[in-house]
Amino acid sequence: MASSVISSSPFLCKSAQKDLGFPKPSQISVHRCQKRAISRKIVSVMAPQRSSSATGSVKTGMTMTEKILAKAAEKSQVVPGDNIWVNVDVLMTHDVCGPGAFGIFKREFGEKAKVWDPEKIVVIPDHYIFTADKRANRNVDIMREHCREQNIKYFYDITDLGDFRANPDYKGVCHVALAQEGHCRPGEVLLGTDSHTCTAGAFGQFATGIGNTDAGFVLGTGKILLKVPPTMRFILDGEMPSYLQAKDLILQIIGEISVAGATYKTMEFSGTTIESLTMEERMTLCNMVVEAGGKNGVIPPDATTFNYVENRTSVPFEPVYSDGNASFIADYRFDVSKLEPVVAKPHSPDNRALARECKDVKIDRVYIGSCTGGKTEDFMAAAKLFHAAGKQVKVPTFLVPATQKVWMDVYALPVPGAGGKTCAQIFEEAGCDTPTSPSCGACLGGPADTYARLNEPQVCVSTTNRNFPGRMGHKEGQIYLASPYTAAASALTGHVTDPREFLQ
Amino acid sequence: MAAASLRSVNPTLPRTLPSPTRSPPFQSPFLRFAPTSTSFNLKPLVTPPAPSSSPFVTRSAAASPQERKTFHGLCYVVGDNIDTDQIIPAEFLTLVPSNPEEYQKLGSHALVGLPASYKDRFVEPGETKTKYSIIIGGENFGCGSSREHAPVCLGAAGAKAVVAQSYARIFFRNSVATGEIYPLDSEVRVCDECSTGDVATVELREGDSVLINHTTGKEYKLKAIGDAGPVIDAGGIFAYARKAGMIPSAAA
Repeated sequence: MASSVISSSPFLCKSAQKDLGFPKPSQISVHRCQKRAISRKIVSVMAPQRSSSATGSVKTGMTMTEKILAKAAEKSQVVPGDNIWVNVDVLMTHDVCGPGAFGIFKREFGEKAKVWDPEKIVVIPDHYIFTADKRANRNVDIMREHCREQNIKYFYDITDLGDFRANPDYKGVCHVALAQEGHCRPGEVLLGTDSHTCTAGAFGQFATGIGNTDAGFVLGTGKILLKVPPTMRFILDGEMPSYLQAKDLILQIIGEISVAGATYKTMEFSGTTIESLTMEERMTLCNMVVEAGGKNGVIPPDATTFNYVENRTSVPFEPVYSDGNASFIADYRFDVSKLEPVVAKPHSPDNRALARECKDVKIDRVYIGSCTGGKTEDFMAAAKLFHAAGKQVKVPTFLVPATQKVWMDVYALPVPGAGGKTCAQIFEEAGCDTPTSPSCGACLGGPADTYARLNEPQVCVSTTNRNFPGRMGHKEGQIYLASPYTAAASALTGHVTDPREFLQ
Repeated sequence: MAAASLRSVNPTLPRTLPSPTRSPPFQSPFLRFAPTSTSFNLKPLVTPPAPSSSPFVTRSAAASPQERKTFHGLCYVVGDNIDTDQIIPAEFLTLVPSNPEEYQKLGSHALVGLPASYKDRFVEPGETKTKYSIIIGGENFGCGSSREHAPVCLGAAGAKAVVAQSYARIFFRNSVATGEIYPLDSEVRVCDECSTGDVATVELREGDSVLINHTTGKEYKLKAIGDAGPVIDAGGIFAYARKAGMIPSAAA
């Protein structure tokens, strides 16, 4: 079916309602597509490919996600809607949900029960670490006890809260650490007790967040019951403009389909733009899949992926790819060369606006950090903009490297085109706060004494992932989600600012 | 907790007929709609656990069929996209839900993240329980984080059910897995027609279920909860799996 530039509504509704054996789409997708006019210049929605009949002996092509789940369920074929028992390759948990998950495990399987595989569980304290909150500190101690008792191989412990560098095992933000420590591999099933576990889909694996009870079940059995999700395909083509980042791409998409546009579905990203992205940029893209309600995000693995993974682990893996005749529940195409930097205005990740149209919004602070925007390349980007501008920030600018490795990169790696200066040097010259101890920090508020927590009703531009009321602390705080470039540009002007002001 | 007796709230409520007994084949507890395939392996996944000397509270066994079918009480109405930070702000996540004392504390903070525009608070300051049994929501209830503390705090506070237009998947899944609260789907925008403080009854029946607002006199059809119902009745996925013979019963 020819794809013409169309008002999205009829196509979106039609494809969503096409009977592929799925339940009626949630009201929100139908409701919104009747009201929302998608930009005609940029997006065209193609009708989905026909699904071949699932009856008889005709074998249907499968998407990447279907293949990964089929393999993990030891089946030759699955279709969306199937409820299957899946073998888990890696289970991750952290300080906030770990105690609860292990508590349930012990309650249900017995005080003396052993985990299904002590080498497949990765425990990464990262949420509430550098705080005097006694319960938060106690939760890290609880995890230490469990890991010792169960002989958990990967426990990235921290004992000296006064100096993170004194803790050789400590990593920081779980999703970044999982990638950096070689736990993300194409074709595998990775579950985590955190919604942003979907980040790992960047590696061409099935990765999604689960609750404590599900995790307790996995701890004992190594299996989980999952419903195979249908896949929405997002094809991004065109050369990435120099002022655009993966964060802009995902905010664009979420703004397009809404915070429930991908509920219960897979978001598969492909196209020439995707192929040109680094692993960290791909991680940023998949990280916010959950903000669209998505079950998991996935990017076909390629040389970029293999290069990253093989440098960090020797565990063998088997990449999979969507079949040519696989069925997708929706198709979106983007011409990336036409996109502009965007923000998500308070109080929803789908409240999209062009950064340049928000230039009158006065801000009180900038936050650069989290699994979404606190990786090495995120800081490199911010430093590059600060250096190009040669000015000082007008508002407090908080820098929270995601992991120890990122922190070290910020202090050690020279920023390209900056005459040998490191990120840290550039940040200092620009008047930013000193990069702080790596953790999730104030992305989710946290205990009252968390560094950079929003304790007053201020306006913050942030490279984090959610801006619902109270997300960073104060209920009346106003959070504008943005790319590192946009955050840096905004810091320099004291207003929400399009990075092209400094980068052209 | 969903199993509390509502006849103690209103003893004049008629008993509903008990559902016909049948041993359920194990189907997905997370099934929201009619299953597309019906063959599931029932072989046990785990070896029998050692006798549990767990000090943790064991939840009450499934209530009698009559009680599980009906909830009655006051409504608390919220809007669309109520995310997990509004249900339970992150600062309270240091409370561990499997610890009985902290479980109660979680209940006292339920929905405290709602903006000040909500004049009626779900739990009065200083209280640990809510006076509202039924939460009425809009689209995408429970979006945001995977924190299980979200359905847990609602159940710990004493709410029995949420009636919303749609749910975020992790919240729905966690509600069923923990058995803490019934996540029910309405067919229309019930949140626009109910007000906080309305007296209502939710009746879960075979096939169809209904929300009756006694204050406005209106009735609303709810989608059948299907196979998720017995899981919540049993007290969550573990209890259900033991009942269904999927994993051997714990000794406690």
